[in-house]
Amino acid sequence: MTETPPLWASESFWKKTAIWVTAGSFLILVVLTFDSLSQTTAGSKRVPGYAVINKKIDYRFDKSVNKFMPVIGEDEPLFGQALSEEDAKGLVDLGKKTVQSKNCMNCHTLLGNGAYYAPDLTKAWLDQGWVSPELREDLMIKFLMDPEKNARTFGSNRKMPNLKITEPEAKGIVAFLKWMSSIDTNGFPYNFKTIEAEE
Amino acid sequence: MSTGGLTAVIQNASGCLDKARNQWQKFNTWLELDSSHLSPGRQLSVKYFTVAVILFFAQILFGLLAATQFLAPGFLYEILDFSVNRMVHINAMVVWMLYGFIGCVYWLLEEESGTEIVGLKLGNIAFWVLTAAVTVVVLVYLLVQIGPGKDSSLWLINEGREYIEAPRWADIGIVVVILIFFYNVVATFSKGKWSGIAGVLTLDLVALAGLYVAGMFYMTNITHDQYWWWWVIHLWVEATWEVLVGVIMAWSLMKLLGVKRKIVEIWLYIEVALMFGSGILGLGHHYFWIGTPEYWLTIGGFFSALEPIPLVAMVVHALYDAGTHSFKNSNHPAVAWIIAQAFGNFFGAGVWGFMHTLPQINLYTHGTQWSASHGHLAFFGAYATINIAFFYLAIQHWRGNVWMGGGMANNWRWKWALGLLNAGVLGMTIALLIAGYEQSFIERAVGGSTWGGYFDAQNHPAFVSAMAWRLFFGLVTAAGFVLLVWDLMTIGKTETRKAQVIE
Ligand code: HEM
Ligand code: HEM
Ligand SMILES: [Fe+2]
Repeated sequence: MTETPPLWASESFWKKTAIWVTAGSFLILVVLTFDSLSQTTAGSKRVPGYAVINKKIDYRFDKSVNKFMPVIGEDEPLFGQALSEEDAKGLVDLGKKTVQSKNCMNCHTLLGNGAYYAPDLTKAWLDQGWVSPELREDLMIKFLMDPEKNARTFGSNRKMPNLKITEPEAKGIVAFLKWMSSIDTNGFPYNFKTIEAEE
Repeated sequence: MSTGGLTAVIQNASGCLDKARNQWQKFNTWLELDSSHLSPGRQLSVKYFTVAVILFFAQILFGLLAATQFLAPGFLYEILDFSVNRMVHINAMVVWMLYGFIGCVYWLLEEESGTEIVGLKLGNIAFWVLTAAVTVVVLVYLLVQIGPGKDSSLWLINEGREYIEAPRWADIGIVVVILIFFYNVVATFSKGKWSGIAGVLTLDLVALAGLYVAGMFYMTNITHDQYWWWWVIHLWVEATWEVLVGVIMAWSLMKLLGVKRKIVEIWLYIEVALMFGSGILGLGHHYFWIGTPEYWLTIGGFFSALEPIPLVAMVVHALYDAGTHSFKNSNHPAVAWIIAQAFGNFFGAGVWGFMHTLPQINLYTHGTQWSASHGHLAFFGAYATINIAFFYLAIQHWRGNVWMGGGMANNWRWKWALGLLNAGVLGMTIALLIAGYEQSFIERAVGGSTWGGYFDAQNHPAFVSAMAWRLFFGLVTAAGFVLLVWDLMTIGKTETRKAQVIE
């Protein structure tokens, strides 16, 4: 008198469901991964090529898409020197490696991910804390190389430690930050007022 | 003269060593643990558990240091900076949980397969190699800390990517050790017998180990970097770890409560379907703002919003099974921690995760203490709890499968440890939640996330007092931990009754 159990109580039904659901989801993820990676290679619409550091960058609300968008403007070479895409990549790469070696992400966030002890770096290049576009490069280099003496604590007593960043490394970091600020991050952060904005 | 000095030093050192050995022996006699009660596989398992407890201690210690720095930024400045303490805090967590999971799997492997573990010697070597590597990595974190912006720093010191900071050489070592572990699992099941639990476990371990490899590459492009980084972090904690815990939970419900195998295995398949079905594409909730295309706002928001469903199912499963067996079980502390797991997982991951997973909300909460609030309750609730349950299971058998039901000596200890640890983490979670809300308003909504906005939020009295409460509840957590360790070392020591038999 063995009755077959109803479908919802059958082991083999749920086993098959688990396998198909997992395989299906994973397959969709793989397809989307190919698409996302190709839409975000350096030099794409969303993630500009590294030579974007030769240009002026701003971040403004765009009514047509109803979100904040990076705005890439006229020539504004970093440290007064226009670089080829290859050289720009080299400089940004040095910056990225330094950011990892110095463990910046365990105090700061980058693109909003990391630690919460220090400000987000996504749009650090555009921050009004650097006073004016003319002073910015110099202030950033000085700060990175000796953050204790050039501390920017905004009344918080929280000081960045000296991470023994060399001048070339500091320049690399600035290039990396400038390049990162040009990425289309779907409007994060919202309502950010840049160093270029008129009061 | 100089040789005389040298002999004195050697004598001194060997004297110290003798003293240490003496103390160690005394400590062991006091512990009264008898490993002959354990099968060879379980002797290996308790080694993993022991290191897990030590690393759990390191996690709490360095968490307290980092929390103190929020209130007193000068504390250990340029000696052990916040970044160092935080890195050790979260790395110790990831590693102790992995140690715990490996211990759990070795614990159930022989019983589930019905045979002795196949590569015991290899497993032991892997354990010592891994432990030596972890020690070196931590010492380098603490003593070297940072390097120049070169590949060599990433290979030897740290990779600077949150949670998976371990330098490349250690990554490779970890993969090798995990392969040995995996071999042991598969070979042992193949020699003995396979089961539903064994099948899910094996496939899940393949995915878990494979995902780690996605985090081993350097990329200049930060968008691609974070894309793969989240594959590891998210697909670990919201997919493969979650299923691993499902497996461990299924097995322990069978053993502790006497639930039928058929029932737990059907539940397990359902949970796998729901967890992977929502969690794999739920990955998209980390792709809102890193430069990836807009379709992730929809896909990530939708699928991650479904992720709480399997977590509800697990609560129902655990409580229903415990209820139908009238909570009659052979190990009260372990079952209490398993119930804590069901709720902790549901609240920490399910509720706290859901609250900030829709892009419209995440735009303001992203990268604030909100995330830390969720991170604490979720990791503790889902993964610390289940490991602690197994620590209790292990100690019970280590003492010769003694009684761990009602009327144990010093019953209050495990209850207070349970209460203090849970209250401590919950307290920290609430404090961080308040800080997170405050940041969402003041830094994100009003301040537009500029540096000025950030510091306005950090200096706000609501934030500062939240940080003070977090430190207070951190100390409560630490007190609970001390009590837990004391309890684990003493529970069942004077017990003469055998464990209750559950059928
Ligand atoms: C046990 C399972 C889980 C654990 C251990 C966990 C842990 C974490 C941690 C530690 C973070 C912070 C990551 C960082 O450092 O940037 C995080 C972020 C996040 N989690 Fe979870 N989580 C779990 C489950 C979930 C679930 C089920 C959901 C959704 C329903 C969720 C939603 C989120 C979201 C939206 C973020 C991003 C926060 C941000 O934008 O900053 N999590 N999770
Ligand atoms: C004594 C208790 C603890 C203290 C004082 C403490 C303190 C901290 C601090 C200060 C941070 C850095 C947050 C930031 O970047 O602003 C942190 C991060 C973190 N802690 Fe703890 N912690 C404790 C216990 C735990 C426990 C028990 C767990 C989990 C089992 C845990 C998991 C985490 C996670 C996942 C993060 C990263 C969160 C994120 O990035 O969103 N902590 N903790
Ligand atoms: Fe996630």
